Amino acid sequence: MKNIRNFSIIAHIDHGKSTLSDRLIERTEIISQRDFKDQILDSMDIERERGITIKSQTVCLPYKAKDGNAYFLNLIDTPGHVDFSYEVSRALASCEGAFLLVDASQGAEAQTLANLYLAMEHDLEVIPVINKIDLPSADVERVKEQIEEDLGLESERAILTSAKEGIGIEEVLEAAVQYLPPPEGDPDAPLRALIFDSNYDPFRGTIVHFRVFDGRIKAGDTIQFMSNNATYKVEEVGIFQIVRVPRKELAAGEVGYMIAGIKTVSDTSCGDTITLKKNRCDAPMPGFRESKPVVFSSIYPVASDDYEDLAAGLEKLKLNDSALIYEKDSSVALGFGFRCGFLGLLHLEVVQERLEREYDLSLILTAPSVQYELTLNDGEVLVIDNPALYPDPSTIESAREPYIRAAIIVPDRYMGAVMKLCLDRRGINRNYQYLTRDRLEMIFEIPLAEVIYDFYDKLKSVTQGYGSFDYDIIDFRETDLVKLDILINGERVDALSQLVHSERAVARGRRACEKLKEEIPRQMYKIAIQGAIGAKIVSRTTISPFRKDVTAKCYGGDISRKRKLLEKQKKGKKRMKMVGQVEIPQSAFLSVLKTED
Amino acid sequence: MKHPFHEPGGIYVHVPFCVRKCAYCDFCSEDDRSRIPAYLNALVKEIGGARPPSGLAFDTLYFGGGTPSVLAPEEIGRILAAVRRRLPLLPGAEITIEANPGTLAPGALGELRRLGVNRINIGIQSFSDARLRFLGRIHSAKAGRGAVRRARAAGFDNIGLDLIYGLPGETASDWRAEMRSAAALGPEHLSCYMLTYEPETPLARRLARGDFAPLDEARVGRRYRDTVRFLADRGFVQYEVSNFARSEAVQSRHNRKYWNFAPYLGFGPSAHSFIPPERWWNEAPLGRYLKHSASERSPAAERETVGYGQQIIEAVYLGLRQTRGIIVADFEARFGLDFKGTFGRVLAELRRKGWLDTSDAARCALTPAGMLFLDGIASMFVAVDFPDAPPA
Repeated sequence: MKNIRNFSIIAHIDHGKSTLSDRLIERTEIISQRDFKDQILDSMDIERERGITIKSQTVCLPYKAKDGNAYFLNLIDTPGHVDFSYEVSRALASCEGAFLLVDASQGAEAQTLANLYLAMEHDLEVIPVINKIDLPSADVERVKEQIEEDLGLESERAILTSAKEGIGIEEVLEAAVQYLPPPEGDPDAPLRALIFDSNYDPFRGTIVHFRVFDGRIKAGDTIQFMSNNATYKVEEVGIFQIVRVPRKELAAGEVGYMIAGIKTVSDTSCGDTITLKKNRCDAPMPGFRESKPVVFSSIYPVASDDYEDLAAGLEKLKLNDSALIYEKDSSVALGFGFRCGFLGLLHLEVVQERLEREYDLSLILTAPSVQYELTLNDGEVLVIDNPALYPDPSTIESAREPYIRAAIIVPDRYMGAVMKLCLDRRGINRNYQYLTRDRLEMIFEIPLAEVIYDFYDKLKSVTQGYGSFDYDIIDFRETDLVKLDILINGERVDALSQLVHSERAVARGRRACEKLKEEIPRQMYKIAIQGAIGAKIVSRTTISPFRKDVTAKCYGGDISRKRKLLEKQKKGKKRMKMVGQVEIPQSAFLSVLKTED
Repeated sequence: MKHPFHEPGGIYVHVPFCVRKCAYCDFCSEDDRSRIPAYLNALVKEIGGARPPSGLAFDTLYFGGGTPSVLAPEEIGRILAAVRRRLPLLPGAEITIEANPGTLAPGALGELRRLGVNRINIGIQSFSDARLRFLGRIHSAKAGRGAVRRARAAGFDNIGLDLIYGLPGETASDWRAEMRSAAALGPEHLSCYMLTYEPETPLARRLARGDFAPLDEARVGRRYRDTVRFLADRGFVQYEVSNFARSEAVQSRHNRKYWNFAPYLGFGPSAHSFIPPERWWNEAPLGRYLKHSASERSPAAERETVGYGQQIIEAVYLGLRQTRGIIVADFEARFGLDFKGTFGRVLAELRRKGWLDTSDAARCALTPAGMLFLDGIASMFVAVDFPDAPPA
């Protein structure tokens, strides 16, 4: 065990985690340069494009250190977004150490700090790495100062790297050997292994990723998940070296995978403990929590005959994404679809993009909603996340909505702007503290409903990109809800309804009408858009019809251009939904939630 | 390989020079006339290298621009000779020149007639000096009238005039007065274009700056309907969105080719050619065209093969631009599709709105009210899921 090191790299988005991981893998030569796709750990296209890792991958790096000994360095990858903080925590729980990556020009950000706190909760040895030192804007001294003051780490231990230029890679590997503690545990005790991830392989079923804390696991064992007592027979265990490499057994301290005839990833839970059926360990690993979706939206195909394809697409995605939940839903305006639950808005967007890209579907998503708790007059408690299921208001005794604790780190010159943004979102400022002379951590309690749509974008814009944000859900609090409906040419469009705080309703209704006016293209008829609460109209706008729509000149040089325009419109129409006589573009359904420009 | 050409083709020659470019114009043209000799050499070379498909003869030649009338008649003559040397131009071909009233030197019109130019399209645009100034035209209203009279005197018996309407502040009676003035000159043909603010033109920039308020859409729409009625009363029959003629014989034979899938060859910068199903277009602006010519490269900038589905789109859009509409039997024979079966839902909706001319079941044509919404209507047709390849 003394030759094993288990560690993660923790960083804010874009601070270069994937590039550094790639360089470490390259350096240890488990894969030939030729096969090496840049940023091999972020294997999905969408992740690659957005530069964030959602589905983590782990890799076991053989390394011969300067002390002459051979080591196995297990680099456990962590998802890089606030939506996935529980998954991050399980990955960290599987490590003894972590490299905290800080961008030499950006400095520490809210996520860096949140991840550092997580690492500290797990008693990890943390080594700071200052990356991107090749950038002209790099300010190593300032970042060192931040590392000391903001983060409370020893800056003289900081490793200077440029993952892009391949600088400092050797030093990172050496530091892992020298400064990170080897794992502890008893290989002869009953099996106790922590699941930190799983993925789906179409040929082998679910691949469970875990860290063994005590005992051993090998093919032929009958294992048990301690959360639900489900048992499986192990077919194969092994380690990750970009490809899966089977091993006879994995013992305490090691990190690897198991294949055990598990059909879908939903049959496993991140954070669960694996033990042997016949020789159970005393207690599971601490901190198990079922990951619960917090954002809900309905997904409909634009073309109703794509419903079956959508169903098939969701089923396949679900194989690899245990956090995604869905059930059948239907809408008067949009036909048949699915009500889906997501860990957050990024998760929602990723699912949408994957369905559209990988399954070639054109989709409409309704305005995302949080889950509300309603107590009815008869004492019954109802949990709803779908405006369509909102009961007659006269039957509701009280309503509660989820709140988050938001930690926002900004240069102090933006304090006022952030304060205004959060207060506008019904936030309560709980605390703020200076991390350094001019950087501030502000703590707010904000209704989740107020942050799910465009809060992060707004925060970025009011802080000119300097603000960073992390959150936890804390509790449910009393609220005053109403259902805001949208009528188009007098017809109530159920898919545009949303549940909003009563004080916000009129402003929201007005805003929704304006947004829809921008989103819905002019047509040959006048289109009236109204916002309504119950029978009361609270806002209205009109889209005036075309009074003429004809190109004056069309000769030899104009024909191809005109045809291309018509082809483009044809494509666009495939992404529109007819509601009565009105063509509503896909984007309109989400626009009703936008607050302001 | 034999080409099944049902009708003779057209030849287009683009002359990319103007005395001064108009404020609304986004065509390929420039004011620097020192490059005319280089242009002529390149053009004559391009025409000399043309390889028309065998069996294709031409019955129209159109000098467009720019302002072809900035060229001296002998320069036009040189181009004509090059065309005649290389391409079979049929006897009785329609040979049109576009002219700016400010560029017609005394004697030029007679020269052009003698060269065989038999149709002249004069860019009058307006009979109001204030409106001509707004448009950035170089000539006065008086010069416009004079040009028409001189063309007639020179023996032109097929004269077309261009007019623009829908200018800021224009009233219905302003526009009627314009049309009355035009009709009084007795042309055979009128093209009436609603003013379009093409991106990147000086006029569009002034609009964006808020220098003036554009005439609102509803008024422009009313002007259009008024135009159709007013001109019909004076013997000008609309045959396309913006084109009116005293008789079928004096419709622009050349322009009709563009709308009816006829072959055409274009020469000069930005000129388009179409030998079904291939379409290509030349480099622009002039400088690039000349460079390609100097280095013996093809002047073609881009080419495309217009596929089956794309041909349907073009046939629908261009068919509907014409008052005679889409000839249903021709369409069905060409595409192997049942027209009503394919577009039934759209047709029903158009009928409900009074936009479909139901007078002749053999044609699918729009009413004047429908024509005003042509682009949106074409989009409805195009949205129908017709096949992308010919039915087996």
